[in-house]
Formats: sequence, structure tokens, C-alpha cells
Amino acid sequence: MAKITPLTGDQAVAEAMRQIDPDVVAAYPITPQTEIVMTFSQFVADGKVKTEFIPVESEHSAMSACVGSAAAGARTMTATSANGLALMWEIVYIAASMRLPIVMPVVNRALSGPINIHCDHSDSMGARDSGWIQMYAENGQEAYEDTILAIRIAERKDILLPVMVCQDGFITSHSVEGVELLEDKLVKDFIREYKPCMPTLLDTDKPVTYGPLDLQDFYFEHKRQQSEAMKNAMATIPKVMDEFNRTFGKSCNIIEEYKMDGAEVGIIVMSSTAGTAKVVVDELREQGLKVGLIRPRLFRPFPAQKIIDAISGLKAVAVLDRAESFSNCGGPLFNDIRAVMYNSEKKPLMLNYIFGLGGRDIFPKDIADVYKKLFKIVSANRAEESINYIGVRE
Amino acid sequence: MIEIRWHGRGGQGAKTASQFIAEAALGAGKYIQAFPEYGPERAGAPIRCFTRIADKPITVHSPVTNPYAVVVIDPTLLDSIDVIEGLIEDGVLLVNSAKAPKVIREKLKLKKGKVATVDATKISLETLGIPMPNTPMLGALLRVKDVVSMDILISQVKNKFLKKIGAEKTDANIDGIKRAYQETEIG
Repeated sequence: MAKITPLTGDQAVAEAMRQIDPDVVAAYPITPQTEIVMTFSQFVADGKVKTEFIPVESEHSAMSACVGSAAAGARTMTATSANGLALMWEIVYIAASMRLPIVMPVVNRALSGPINIHCDHSDSMGARDSGWIQMYAENGQEAYEDTILAIRIAERKDILLPVMVCQDGFITSHSVEGVELLEDKLVKDFIREYKPCMPTLLDTDKPVTYGPLDLQDFYFEHKRQQSEAMKNAMATIPKVMDEFNRTFGKSCNIIEEYKMDGAEVGIIVMSSTAGTAKVVVDELREQGLKVGLIRPRLFRPFPAQKIIDAISGLKAVAVLDRAESFSNCGGPLFNDIRAVMYNSEKKPLMLNYIFGLGGRDIFPKDIADVYKKLFKIVSANRAEESINYIGVRE
Repeated sequence: MIEIRWHGRGGQGAKTASQFIAEAALGAGKYIQAFPEYGPERAGAPIRCFTRIADKPITVHSPVTNPYAVVVIDPTLLDSIDVIEGLIEDGVLLVNSAKAPKVIREKLKLKKGKVATVDATKISLETLGIPMPNTPMLGALLRVKDVVSMDILISQVKNKFLKKIGAEKTDANIDGIKRAYQETEIG
């Protein structure tokens, strides 16, 4: 039987890693690393997994070791956060372009500077164009499930892309909640035994080279294949989620639509803030206000059609970004959503809100104010200033 | 939903207490959340932690602003921190202090709710031999609000402590919890 265990989001992900029992985990063992690797390395020390754990001297080396290990045909994982991800940067792109199915939990925290260790999405949003699949979890339970799902998604022959499993730093990573852990054996059955579907470095019968020079003649074709893999991922991830849902009685989806029936205005936000927004939606619905919420759980590839279907009938939408892109045109989630709506016949009025940078708290009242503003722009039939900030001193 | 805010100093076990009561409630079939407010962490610095306990899934992920109960593990914080900020009308302020509830009430000019005090540091010294007031404070909390039953709390103490610290110290913790429950004054 699945059992409910009190775990932080970090510990929940470490439990998923224990059940996955990857061949290799290469990780940087100190700050900015999180409790995920601390807990997992304890599992290694206690003999609960057979994993070869490689404590490396930097995050750059962590991803480099993962690339070598995955190319050699080992099921490979690491975990990182904030500036750790930033230091991996160069190799993060290489992992994706070499089509290595590495799974990496990311605890979303602000990038320095100024120096800050708290939650925002600037770390993984910076890596959004690196060719990795990105999932964003609302709570520890989902971070646990996404980690298991990510193994199956990454390793599919029609995808073969690395996956980041993101959750909100401190807010869920350090918060204890009841997490339903699936049975070890059922998780093992779901992720299946790893059989690399491409020739690997250690396959002497079919010798191959990974990562050679690739100039004007073929680089472009390889990039084009990466885009194709992302298209395949968009088609296939829902199927993997369906199988997960059927097997474990869950209801994962690439986007969550919360109380969208008959909604006139909606908020789009990812990760833990969506949970806070649900409380507000419940309260406003009780007052008879037609409000709803949309939460993309998958961000790369971008669930464009699902978003169009969900919001094109609305009168106004606010997109909440926990990252700043300094484009003067809004945050990354807002930009994607506004872009995909361009060709839609029906378009809601749209506002962007940047919030929560460096761990600035966001409260139900702040979200209620956003809904209030949405009704106001519906009355005026004009969006006014489209880029706004929540909870910042001006 | 019951929301609790804990005030302590780094190293006094406020975080452990906030999680401990939540885990006990989870064992009793409730939905829970327990999280600290992380700042610059160092021993002795004031810290705040939060616990939520509910009959329905908890989706909110922001700090508690209007607690039902505020638990102050270190009474010296009463001088420097507004511990009653946001306390709801019929809420409870529980302080680790040898003083009577009336004295605390007057000091803070608190008109609403209930005030409870217990000398948890003394109880901890007498039962455990060390100043670790956080476990006795759990007993005192049960006295002001039955967030879980005493039986559930005690079995949670046994589950968590027996292997780690042995039977003798586990029993000492349980004694401390029971004594704090008895000795809590409410006014």
C-alpha cells in the first residue's frame, strides 16, 4: 500500500531517487546544493541504493560527470539549485544536444546578485532555452511524482532529452507535508529496467563517438532534430502521464485547470503560488465571482495548444511570473503566453505580474487584488499598463 | 484549519516542535504543513516557524499571517518581537514563562483571546536535565487546544525518540510533556 509520510519537498524527491536507484548520481555536495543530495547520499551510505555516487568539486563537474556517465549508458541523475545551475550552464546545453536522458531535480532559488538564497525562478528560467524539458511542481507530492515521470519521459526513444524537475525553494523544498509514497516495486515496474536505446560509449561492438566537432555541415541538422524531439515530447508526455495516472490512480496533466468552468477571468501561475491562488479562487467563487486558475506543470516544451484552449474564451487573464527577463516586455511565462495567443481569433485582455523575486512572500490578499484588477480592466475593456509588480517597494 | 506560529531562537527546537506536532496530526489522519521562515541562520537569532493542521488538503503556500495559536519558546522575545501580530480574536498566546498569564497579558496590553503560561525550561531541566523547552511546550499546546490527542502525541514521541535516544530519555520527554500539560496556567 502507498503510505502517507511527513516529508519536505527535498526529502520527497530524494525518496523518488531512492526508488529509481539510478546507476550514477554525480553531484556537488555543498552549498548551493540542497537536502535532496544530502538525503540521497545517506541512502547510498546506508546501502539502500546501488548507485555509484560521485561527489564532484563543482557543479560544472557534476554535469560533466553526468554527461560522461549517461553517454556510457548509465541511468544518470544529479540535483542542483540557484547558482549551482548557473555554474553548470555550459554543460547543461551539451547534455541536451548529446540527447542524454539525464534527470535533474532543481530547487528554484534566486540567482545572485545581490546574494540571495530564497525562492524565485531565475535559475531554471535562464536555462529554458537549453533544450531541457522542464516541469514545475506545486508541492512536494508533485515533485516526487514528476521525478518518477521524468525518468520515463527522458528515456523514450522518440524524446531522448534531459529533464529538470523544478520545485519552489524553501516554500516546498523545506516545508513538511504529507507525501504519498508509491510502493518501491510499482515504481520500479513503471520506470522499467534501463536499456539505452542508442549505442553507448562502452558498447565495443558498435563503437560510437559522442560530442565531436560539428560545424556548418551538420550542426544545424542536429539542432533541428532537437526541436523535433521537443515536438515529440509534447505529443508523448501526456501519454506517459496517462499511464502513470492509470497505474497509480493519479490525475497528472501538463496543465491544471482549476475551476475554469464558466470563468470570465483567470490567473496563470506555476509552482507553489498556484496552491495559494486556489484558496483565493475558492473564496471568490463562493462570492459568485467567475474566476479560475491555470497552472502549467510542463513549461518546456510549452503546452501552447492547451493554453490557447483554456484561455481564449476568457475576458481577461493575468500571468504571474516569478522571474524577471529584463526585456521591458514582461516575464518569460507571460511572453510565451502572449506569443501563442497572437494567432488566436479570440484573445483575452492580458496583464503580467512579476512577483516573489528573492523569496518575497506572496499572500492570498495579493492574488485577490490581481483578480480585482482583472475585473476592472474587463469593465474598462482596456489592459492599461501590462507589466506590473506585486509586493515591491517603488 | 488550525494555524500556529512559533517564536524561538535558533537552536531551541522551535522548528522541530512545529514539525513534531504536524507529524503527530498526520498520524491522526489530518492534512499538515510545517515550515520555518529561513533567514540568516545562527544560534540565538530569533526565528519563526509555522504549522497548519486541517481536515482538508492544504494548498496555501504562504506564511501564516493570522494564527490561532502563537507559541513563544523563548520569553526574552516578548521584549523585541511583536509576537501577537495578527493573532485572531479568539486565539491563544502560549508562553514559556514562570509568570502568570495576567502578567504577560498586561505586559503586551493584550485584550483578546486566551493567554497561557508554563515554565517549560524548568520542567525540561527537571525531567531531561537540559534546557530544551520545546517538547514540554507541546504538552502545554495540547492543554490550550486539542490539536491532537495526548495518546497520539505520546506515541509520536516514542516513534521518533526511542531508537534515537533510548527508553530513559524518551520517558523523560513524555514526563515533561505531561507535566507541562498539568502545570499550564490559562488566563
